[in-house]
Parts: sequence; C-alpha cells; structure tokens
Amino acid sequence: MEEQNNKQHREEVCPGKKDKLDLQTARAQIAGTKGPEYWRSLEELAGSAEFQEMMHREFPKGASEWLDSVSRRGFLKLMGASLAMAGMTACTKQPLEPIVPYVRQPEAVIPGVPMFYATAFTLGGYASPILVESHLYRPTKIEGNAQHPASLGGTDVFAQASILGMYDPDRSQTIAYLGDVRTWGGFLEALRGPLNAQKAVQGAGIRILTRTVSSPALADQLRSVLKLYPQAKWHVYEPVNRDNVLEGAKMAFGQPVETQYKLENADVIVSLDADFLYAGFPGSTRYIRDFAQRRNPDAGNMNRLYVIESTMSSTGAKSDHRLPLRAVDIEIFARDLQRQWQSKGDVIAVEGPGSQATWALKHEYLEMVSSVAGDLKSHSGSSVIIVGDHQPPAVHALAHAINQTLGNVGKTVFYTDPVDANPVDQFDSLKDLVTDMRAGKVDMLFILGGNPAYDAPADLGFADALKNTNIPMRVHLGLYQDETAELCQWHVNEAHYLESWGDSRAYDGTVSIVQPLIAPLYGGKSAYELTALLAGQAEATGHEVVQGYWKKQHPGADFDAFWRKSLHDGWIDGTTFALKSVSLKSAAFTPSPVNDAKAIEINFRRDPCVYDGCFSNNGWLQELPKPMSKMTWDNPVLIGPAMATRMGLKSEDLVHLELNGKKVTAPIWIQAGHPDNSVTVFLGYGRKRAGRAGTGAGFDMYPLRGSSTPWFTSGVNITKAGGTYKLATTQGYQTMDTPEGSRPQVRSASLDEYRKEPGFAREEQSPAELTLYKPYPYDKELYAWGMAIDLNACVGCNNCMVACQSENNIAVVGKEQVVIGRHMHWLRVDAYYQGDRDNPKAYFQPVPCMQCENAPCEVVCPVGATVHSTEGLNDMVYNRCVGTRYCSNNCPYKVRRFNFLLFQDWETPQLKMMRNPDVTVRSRGVMEKCTYCIQRITQHRIDSERENRTIQDGELQTACQQSCPADAITFGNINDPNSRVSKLKAIPRNYGLLADLNTRPRTTYLAEIRNPNPELES
Amino acid sequence: MQIFHRSTNTISRATIYGAVFLVSALLWALLELQRSPYITYAKVVRPQPVPFSHQHHVGGLGIDCRYCHTSVEKSSFAGIPPTKTCMNCHSQIWTGAPLLEPVRESFRTGKSLVWTRVNDLPDFVYFDHSIHVNKGVGCNTCHGPVDQMPLMFNYASLQMEWCLDCHRAPEKNLRPRDQVFNMRYEQPSSDKPVVLDGKVYTDQLSLGSDLVKKYKLRTVTDITSCSTCHR
Repeated sequence: MEEQNNKQHREEVCPGKKDKLDLQTARAQIAGTKGPEYWRSLEELAGSAEFQEMMHREFPKGASEWLDSVSRRGFLKLMGASLAMAGMTACTKQPLEPIVPYVRQPEAVIPGVPMFYATAFTLGGYASPILVESHLYRPTKIEGNAQHPASLGGTDVFAQASILGMYDPDRSQTIAYLGDVRTWGGFLEALRGPLNAQKAVQGAGIRILTRTVSSPALADQLRSVLKLYPQAKWHVYEPVNRDNVLEGAKMAFGQPVETQYKLENADVIVSLDADFLYAGFPGSTRYIRDFAQRRNPDAGNMNRLYVIESTMSSTGAKSDHRLPLRAVDIEIFARDLQRQWQSKGDVIAVEGPGSQATWALKHEYLEMVSSVAGDLKSHSGSSVIIVGDHQPPAVHALAHAINQTLGNVGKTVFYTDPVDANPVDQFDSLKDLVTDMRAGKVDMLFILGGNPAYDAPADLGFADALKNTNIPMRVHLGLYQDETAELCQWHVNEAHYLESWGDSRAYDGTVSIVQPLIAPLYGGKSAYELTALLAGQAEATGHEVVQGYWKKQHPGADFDAFWRKSLHDGWIDGTTFALKSVSLKSAAFTPSPVNDAKAIEINFRRDPCVYDGCFSNNGWLQELPKPMSKMTWDNPVLIGPAMATRMGLKSEDLVHLELNGKKVTAPIWIQAGHPDNSVTVFLGYGRKRAGRAGTGAGFDMYPLRGSSTPWFTSGVNITKAGGTYKLATTQGYQTMDTPEGSRPQVRSASLDEYRKEPGFAREEQSPAELTLYKPYPYDKELYAWGMAIDLNACVGCNNCMVACQSENNIAVVGKEQVVIGRHMHWLRVDAYYQGDRDNPKAYFQPVPCMQCENAPCEVVCPVGATVHSTEGLNDMVYNRCVGTRYCSNNCPYKVRRFNFLLFQDWETPQLKMMRNPDVTVRSRGVMEKCTYCIQRITQHRIDSERENRTIQDGELQTACQQSCPADAITFGNINDPNSRVSKLKAIPRNYGLLADLNTRPRTTYLAEIRNPNPELES
Repeated sequence: MQIFHRSTNTISRATIYGAVFLVSALLWALLELQRSPYITYAKVVRPQPVPFSHQHHVGGLGIDCRYCHTSVEKSSFAGIPPTKTCMNCHSQIWTGAPLLEPVRESFRTGKSLVWTRVNDLPDFVYFDHSIHVNKGVGCNTCHGPVDQMPLMFNYASLQMEWCLDCHRAPEKNLRPRDQVFNMRYEQPSSDKPVVLDGKVYTDQLSLGSDLVKKYKLRTVTDITSCSTCHR
C-alpha cells in the first residue's frame, strides 16, 4: 500500500515524464528525421515531445512547484506571517559566541591554517594513498598523495567520499549485546571464559572471517592467533573479490601472482571486459594517469584502446573501438584472438560467439578479431591485454599467454606477489565456513568487518546459518549495526580508518601506514585491537600493534626516524614488491563451462557508486550520477535497446528476474551500447539496515547471485511485472540545447582529421567589441583565472564531482528531489553518445561554471547578488541573493543550482564538523554555483602577497583539478603566457562552449581526438 | 450636501504631510537601531570567565600583542592564547589570586577556558588578519585603544559599511609595517612627523599613498570585489 502511494506520489512529482519514450515510436521517428549528431538520452535522440518540453524549461517540470505536504493555503498563511517578520530580519542580533582556546597548544598547530597528513584508504585490500586536510584536528577533505606512485595526486570516488562515511551520524556508536548497550570491559569479560575454554581444544571452535586483508600487521596478528589456537581457522570473504584473477594466474603460471601494467609504455591496449579506468580496479588511479598521458594527440605518440565488454562502461566510452559482447562470449573472443598466432595457414578459423542465433554483430566481431590481432602483432612489446576481474580464470590465463607471446612481459606487463595476504578462493572459504557452522563445529565466530549476512551468495545461506545454528558466541565488528550485526549477539562498533591505526598495501605492494586523523568519535575499536585480544594482548592499542610489527621489520636505533619518515611520506620505503619472473605452464587452457549459450545472460557487477553495498549510506555516492546512465539512488536492470524493443519494454518498466528459483522485481533502464540478449544488474542496493540514506534505496540483487557463477550466468527469465518505477537519472537534465536545434557541445575528430584540420573545433567568435556590456580590461590585471579541460584525458570517473562536493559543502538532496531536477552538484559530468544505439561512441564532458567574461546571469540579477570580480570571476554573493532564479534562467550552460528547500543539514553535529570552514554553508532560497574554488584562490593570493611574490603557476589548484587522476583539468592565470593553462588554450583544438553567444567563457575545452584503426574505420 | 466639516481638509493634509515624516522617522529609527550598539555590541563589554584587563597587560606591562595572539601574522585567525600562556607568568605571580582561579583550574584539569568572542564577524565574511597586518593596518585601527580597555569590547561596528570605508580608501589608515603593533602610534602631523625610508611625512594622505605603492596594495576595485571577503 505504501509502495503504491509512493509510486503515485512520484508520478505526481514528475508529471512531465510520466510517459516514457516508446521505442517503437522512437525508432520510427529516428528513421523519419535526422537526429542530433551527439545525444545524451534516447529521448533526445528521438526528439520526443518530453525532451522538447524539457529544453524550453529552466528546470525540469516540477522543480519550481510547491509539492510538499503543506497545502497552498497553509503555505500562504505561513508566508503572511513571515512577510510580517521580514522587515525585522535585517536587525537580527548576532548571538554571543563562545571561543575556546587550547589549554596547551600543540606546537605545530596554527589555528586557521589547515594541516595535511598522509594516510591510506583501503578498498578490496588495495590501498589508495591519500592526504587528509585537517582543520584543528578535524579532517575535512581528502586529496591524493602526489608523491606516491600509486596516486600521483589523484584519488577515486570511494576514497574521496570516505570522509562522509566517517562523520556518518548513522554509524554504530556503541558496543551492543543483543541490541543492548554494553561497555568494552563487559565485552572483555564475556570473551574471557569462552576463549579460555577454547585453549583446551586448541581453538577448534574459533572461526575468524575477514574481508580481503593486505595489511602486513593484521595478517601477522591473525597468523599468531592461529599459532596460539592451531585448530582455529581464518576465512576470507568479500563479495567483490579477485578469485578469478588469482585462479587465472595459477592456471597460467602455477602460482597466484598479481599482474601490474605500465600503460605509459603501451601503444595498443586491449581490454577484455576490464573497466580499468574506473574506481575499484586495483591501480586505476595510476592507470588513468598513464593512459591519459598517452592520449595527447599533440605529443604525437597516442595510444589506441580496444574495449570488448559486456556492459557499457566508462572505459568502453573512452575506447577507439568498442565491441559489446556478452560476458560469456568474451572467452571465445580471447580464444579467437589467440588462434591468430597459432594458425599457420592464411585462413584462420574463428569460433565466434556461442549465441550465433542472436548474433547481430557478426561482421563487427570478425573485423575486431582480425584488426586487434593485427595491431597487437605490429606492436609486440608495446601492447597489453587487460582482463576484467569478473571474467573466468581461463580468460585471464589466455591473456597471460598472449601477453607472453607478444613479449609484453617486462615492458608493459609485470608480475609480483599477490597484494592479498591470504590469497584463498573466497567463495570456497565462505562455503567451508558455512559447512562448519552447519556441522556445529563453530563455537566462536568473529566477523571482522564486512556484511556477509547481506552480501553472501544466496545458495550458501550464510545469513540462515548465522541465525539458526546456535553458535554460542557470534561477534561482529563493523561500522554499522547492519544486517550481520542483527544476527550476532555481540556487536563491536568499529573505528573508521580515519580514526585508527593500520597499514595496507597499494596495488604495487607498497605499504602505507594508516594513521588516525581524529580520536574515534564513538570510541570504536579497530580490527587490529580486536585481533590483539584474541592473540592474548588484552589492552594493546592499534598504535602499539602496528608500530610493534614494523619495529620487528625494522629493528635498530633509527627506528624513530624510519617511522616518522614513513608517516610523513605516506609509504614505507622498500616495501614495493619485487618483480617476479614466471613462466607459462601451457598455452592451452580448459574452457570455462557454459550453461546455455542462447539463454539470456545476467551480469552481476559492483556498483560504480556504492561498490558492494558498503557505501550504501553515503549520500554523496548515492547521489553521484553513475558514469554512463547518470542514474542516482537506484540500480535498475540495464538492458540493450534491441532487446528492449523485442520484449516490448520501456525504461522504468518493472520486470521480474527469475533465476534458479529466486525472484527479484526491479525496474529496467535501456542502456545504449549494452550487448543484446544480456542484462546487467548492480550489487549493493536494497539494504535493509544501512541507515537513513541507504535503507530501501534500490533493489537487492544478491539473492540471484550464486557462489559458482558469481559474475554472470545465463538462463535468467525476464517477465514484465506490470507497472513502472520512477528512476532518478540526471541524464538529459541541464541540457544546453536550444529549440532551434542542438549545437555540438562535445567535439571530436580522428587523429588524421585533426592533423589535417587542427582548428576543427573552433567556431567563429563574435568580435569582442560586439557587446552591450562595458568591456573591462582584464588583460591589465595581475591575474585572470581560466580553466582548460582536456576532453581527451577525461575518463568520466566522477572524482571531480565528489571532490567539489566535499570542498564546497554541497548538500545532498535525496531521490525525490533529483527526480525533479533539484540536485545541487556544482560540477556535472555530461555523457554524450554518438551514432548507433547498439554500439554508440561516447564522450564525457565535465561542466563547471564557465565564468563568462560577458556573464548573462549578472545583468538579470535585480539585487546584484552575482557580479564580476576584477580577476574575471563571476562571484556569487549568497547573503545578497533573494532567490529570483533569473540568473539560472539566463545561464546558457545551466550550471547554477538553487536551494529550493533547506537541503543542508544544520542540526547534526557530526556533519557540522565535516564542513570546510572556508566555504559558506548555504541556506534555503539561495542560488549557488562553481566559484573556481575562490577560497583557495584567496588563500594563495594572501599567502603570496605576504611573501611578497606572485602566485606561481601550478601551486594553486581547484578541488576538481587537484584530485583528477587523469590530470584533465588545468587551472591558472591566463594573463601569464607561460602558464600551463595559457599554453593549453593556445592549442588549436581548444574551443569554448557555446562560444557563438559571445559569453567569452573562461572555461574552455580541448576537443576529443580518437585514434581509430584505419582498417576498422573504412 | 457636505458630510465633512471644512476643517477635515486641513486635518487630512496635515495627516498626509505628517505621514511622510512619520514613516521617514520610523525608517530612520530602524536604521539607527540597526547601527546601534544594541545590535552591533560596539563598545559593549561582554561577560568573560576572567576579567582580563588589556589595559594592565598591554598598557601597563607593555606585553606585545603577538605574545598572546601568536598567529596574527601567519593566519586568518589571530589566535586566542592557550591557558599555558597565562600560566607562563601566573605560575610565578599572583599565584593565589581568587580572580585567577578559573585559569588555574583549567590548567589543572585540562579543560579549556570558555571565553565570549568579542570581535565576531558574520559567518559569511572571511576576514584574514595576516594580510591586514602585513599591509600596514595597525591593530588599533580596527580594535581601538586596546591598551586603555580594562575590559574588552569591540571598538568598531564591524558592519560592512565600516569595512568598506577603509577598503575604498586604504591610504587613510595605513602605517609603516614596523608600527603595526604600536598601540601609541599616531598618524603623521606637522608636530609629530613620521619618517619612512628617509622621507619625512607630515600628513597621513601622502604617507598612505606612498605605502599603498610600497606595500603593493591591490586597487580599490580589486579589494572591493565581493569575493575579497565573501565566498
């Protein structure tokens, strides 16, 4: 009933979008007319009425309407009262404020000047080295560690948003026993007896379940626990794991090795379903930088990227050639590729995808195999094949074999020991645990982090075993009182990584010390501290454990210096893994079992925003539009356009997915470029105990996931469930098109075209004097700030959006508000598609405020709340703004965002601590937009003037620029002809967005240049 | 037929005429109220846990501003001294004074003293001490004769018009950098000239204009841009 109401409410909320585009009509429309060259949504491609209407509006329909439960009449009453008071607001008396100094001020602290500490964020066992900005010991912002080779200053969305995770008010705040509050002492007391009893049986009843552990100290601790209790067992499980990678390495080399790539040496990159340019792929931050550096058409050694993938990804969008292929067929592609070397004759047999019946892309497939092989052959030693983590072991083994054949090993491909300290098969490990639980062998179960009751494969029945096997002592250590905590008697609130000591390995093996930025907000304990307890050191702190371990590794008098240097730099010298040389056992591998090649395939993927569900309660990530669909707050079933047409489905239609007797009902979303006869679902949604942001968002896909086929399987049955479900996607919002027709906002050419006509992207600009504005001599100023965004480097990883949100205190608005277009992101990353719906090219374009010199927003503001500074910035003065929204209406780029409601949380104390003290927290009724990080500009200007110098090029970086892993954003002084931004703006492919309007934008773009294979282009 | 007496004409004229004055007077009163110490707290002493006297410490003992406000030259925030700074002296002198008990208690227990903020700008204003001090704005230009204040109060209204008075004509207030922390500094006059780089100044405007150049102040248009203080 409630669901029904919700649905109805959502329909009311967004009446304009009620009728989703019907693909049949769309197809007819497309056939009849010539659509735009570049498009963002399928509605736009078809030129549907809804899209036309949206274009005419400043905000989507409904954004400016009063839709909340207060009636119009009630609202008027309220307004009457507030009008009467309005006159008095100018006379607001500031309350007296306390000011609290230190008792003994630490020496290094200068109040008002932030400090930066090096630490590391760990996901899936892999460390992302970061620097954390700290204001009076309050962490506020995460930056990349520019000196660490795994970061080079870049971060990813998960690391960037983890600061909100620490301040999350829904985190578990106490130790609990059966839901009642307990103390640490009480927990110790309860543990003592059973632990002593285990000593007699050598710990036969003890089971420890961790997530992937790369921490040397924790691994050492766990091993010493196993030494103390020889019969105890350490199980490892994480739903998004690398079992297949390690298994593939074992298949090829007989030992589990980690593969690293040096993409700066690669001229040709072939991705077999590897989304290596997005967060979550180990080393992605570094790979993005190396990839982007080789995408510079002006440097003359551009690489070429082929992507063969089973769902549209941002890596696929960056490719020069992309082939959508069902996940099961990628192994066949890999075998066909390998065959190109083995065959002696001229005619090389091609196996082709198993699902020939529905194989629409046969021609493309054959062409792709031969041209990829051709390109690889001519680039022996300077090419690389990368395989996605979810591909079966055989594909990984095949890639190892081909890389070996090509002589890439030692040049672009390197092998090391695994980063994972306990590289077991994690699904098997969990299966063993469940078996033991059911057999009654487990007396004490310690779940150190993770949420297996929610994210274990359905067929293992972990949650059921946990609930019903009567294990006398079940202990859960976690950040949240989640689904697993509910089924354990004891719950210990975990300290966040920003609150505790630890260590962790980056993708190349380099160890970073994780140091706390703040004392645990709720007195939480870390896995190190809990494990120390099991190892018999009752009161060991995380600091003692970690430092103690490294003291053993680095004995000697200089330990203090070593420790201080390691903490300062963010890594420990000499811990990078030595490269390993391994030899191939055989080049022929047993093919993976295939169920039914013709049946519909279902892909399970980690979510680009909430990962496996561990970031469910992170509002920044929930509201972050996913790279390709721009979906927020939900995980619809992705389906290709051709398949949707065949099944008569429209986006937002609810369907039943049935697999192995399990059924999930979820809406679908038509994703251009998705392979036919296959659907993709994302894990991590449908949480029941996540917190205020995560609980109830999206649909739980884990029930469909089996432990033997965790990543994809065929045979899913899809039936229309009837009804629709409102999805909140920002794709198509904030469109810059005009009713007269679309102007290409994103511009691209092939390398050859670019060489022939370098200035292709530029359009005729109106002469500067052709304006009614009074020109201001910006060129006479010391500084004129400008930005250049290289579309060629941008990989659409969304990191800039989260960095901006964190730096500028941008509010989260919630799903219903996103549906009506009230999201607040100052910086958006637009995705454009081009060409065939079934296999389009795709482009990304980050759009911040253009800081127009002739800003259309300024002249229409009746209260002078947006005005120009002498350095050319379009200033926004919040305290003057009265919320007419004329400026937004007049902004051709649609970058202004309006606080329709009080989106900021002004009450929660934790969130107050998190905010950047250098940026105003905006209230209701105020317009806001990108400021080019004016707080950073001002700070650097003050610092430089105090030191009697000018701001040096490169020292001042905006938040989006600083953490961009691709180095795609360059900001600086355009009055200095030698600055990097001036040089970039002088490159012929630099163009201004809607430059024909003579707005003279300070933000400009470097057009995208692709490097297609001439063989495939014809 | 005449309903109203003729005298009502006069009354109505007087009323209409009077209303103009009445409304103006009301508006004037509101504006004055808004600028009054009732709203701005200007020259109003605020309650503090310890009746600390700047007059005694600065005027009497001659302690430099920076002994306590340590970060004034480096940070946006001048800094409030930690209890330790008080105890540097007060562990030796006035060790038993009952007035200082809260200070000793803070030092004993490790719990901070909670002062009431005196110079409190609205939260959307981002003021930076370091740059003002560096460009030759004296402490007492804004804070007033602190060395004569037994109990602390804010000297100026701290309203935007007051900030702009100086940002629109900085030459009116600048002084040589070495005089910034001098509480007894007086602007140059023919009686008390100021010597800078060997040049003798007898009026503030010529000194100020030369300092604007010497200290490379940004132009008035620059420093009256909104984003100078608001972000």
